[in-house]
Amino acid sequence: MQIPPALDPVKAVRDKFADAVLHDKHFRDETTLIIDPATITDVMLFLRNTPGLVYNFLSDVSAVDYYPNDYGHAFDGTGKDFRPERFGVSYHIYSMLYNRRLRVKVFAADENPVVTSMTSLWPAANWLEREVMDMMGVQFEGHPDPRRLLMPEDWDGHPHRRDYPMGKETVQFSFNVEEIMKHKPFATE
Amino acid sequence: MSELTATKATWEGSLEALKGLVSERAMTGETMLLNMGPHHPSTHGVLRLLLELDGEEIITVLPDIGFLHTGIEKNIEDKSYEKGVPLTDRMDYLSPMSNNMAFCMAVEKLADIQVPERAQIIRVVCLELARIASHMVWLGTHALDMGAMSVFLYCFREREKILNMFEMVSGQRMMGSYFRPGGVWRDLPDPFYKHVTDFLEYFLPKIDDYESILTQNPIWLDRTQGVGILEPDVALAWGVTGSSLRGSGVNWDIRKAMPYSGYNTYEFDVPLGEHGDVYDRFYVRILELRQSVKILQQAMKRLPKKGAFRTDNRKFAPPPRSELGQSMEAVIHHFKLWTYGFDAPDDEVYISLESPRGEIGCYLHGTGGNKPRRVHFKTPSFMHVSAIPALSEGALIADMIAIIGSVDIVLGDCDR
Repeated sequence: MQIPPALDPVKAVRDKFADAVLHDKHFRDETTLIIDPATITDVMLFLRNTPGLVYNFLSDVSAVDYYPNDYGHAFDGTGKDFRPERFGVSYHIYSMLYNRRLRVKVFAADENPVVTSMTSLWPAANWLEREVMDMMGVQFEGHPDPRRLLMPEDWDGHPHRRDYPMGKETVQFSFNVEEIMKHKPFATE
Repeated sequence: MSELTATKATWEGSLEALKGLVSERAMTGETMLLNMGPHHPSTHGVLRLLLELDGEEIITVLPDIGFLHTGIEKNIEDKSYEKGVPLTDRMDYLSPMSNNMAFCMAVEKLADIQVPERAQIIRVVCLELARIASHMVWLGTHALDMGAMSVFLYCFREREKILNMFEMVSGQRMMGSYFRPGGVWRDLPDPFYKHVTDFLEYFLPKIDDYESILTQNPIWLDRTQGVGILEPDVALAWGVTGSSLRGSGVNWDIRKAMPYSGYNTYEFDVPLGEHGDVYDRFYVRILELRQSVKILQQAMKRLPKKGAFRTDNRKFAPPPRSELGQSMEAVIHHFKLWTYGFDAPDDEVYISLESPRGEIGCYLHGTGGNKPRRVHFKTPSFMHVSAIPALSEGALIADMIAIIGSVDIVLGDCDR
């Protein structure tokens, strides 16, 4: 079988979707494509199905929180990293045929962060996205099973956000029991 | 009587929450909902599976995880880079060395730290020993789940010898934290070399023993062949990696595909299965044991007794104790490393490596300071547990036990 020659993912996506790529970045031999969240389904389908790219394996979905002020204007056009919004969701995809990785990153706003779900392309995204949803509070549109994954279902807040304190379970005394139970609706059931 | 109705009422109330997750037949009571775990011995930890059963046949599986979530990723965000290493031990507690390696590789890539060649060989020795130790636990418990008690005892006997070696190098049997950014914590003790070579001689015939108990055993074949078949494309779609993926015949071993720590200089084969059933996943791992021994033999042959075991860049690794009495600079470096750590750029890296269970990925995002902004571990058990529904629908409950054992999950690794 003839294997088609490998294409440069950045150039291929830029040629196909003129406005989709907001920025591309190369750091320590890793390529990052920062794309417009509205186009993510098309870009991912293109990356997965095009001969010469064939990123067929989803390795990881992880999110990073740039709170409090490492995003926005301070990072525009300075030659440093490109971070338009607070949350960065990275899809690490891998091409078995060409043995290379690519990071596709989309940003989600502080208020009501939503990213389109990739579960229809890779079933593996199901739990990976659920974890991001649970721990970072980024919602995935079109996710088939948007429940919490690691934390209890009555948990308040999203632990991996940078403004979530590195605290511990509050010790329960009679003076604060009501305050604690307010955040745990299922505990008394 | 009233108590009974009360129980029934709450039970029906909770059923509503499962709408859409289990089939409609469960809502009318035609099929049965059964909890397996979180304390079931064959779930290898605290995994709860909600099974929807039609007789003994499984219609739906809903895995419920998080019982062992310990916030390791969040905790590492609050520590300087080197202090994060001991936490990673606690994820996959059956092969802590692989987790150390994942985190150290990510830090080394982010901060651009070079690892001396001898340290790379030491790491390969430890990683392969960890692979054997982990496969020993897997083989023992997998066989135990299906009623073969003796294999379990033999496997733990061999694992004990490896744990003794880990104690020798790191002072701890399991949670060694032996790998550090830039190399390993300290040099190998002298008796270690002989222990490893003796162990390899001792261990090879033991693999034949396990095989003589299991490989051709008709009961074992009946329980495993044709059970829990995982097609290659399904495995890839669900992100299954490691031996479980190679059992389905997909040739992807990160040690070969993206070599790290000098794995490209060792000669070894990647065993592959054909049918993707429980038996193939079992047999691939047995063959992997032999390949690990092969790698270890090569590594021990080329491992010099003296040499650097950690980078000599004093910005990332402390100076040896002998220097502290003579050099002011060494004292400053030591103080700086122990109080502050080192800085890493405000950027992101992703590395992956082949753990005994599959691909461990580590996504690390620095802040420019001495602590990471975000660290995320993509762990093989997490993906394998998420694939259990795809593997076991239509199987029998008894096969479910075989399937869980065959994908080799560790719940500490899954929940982190």
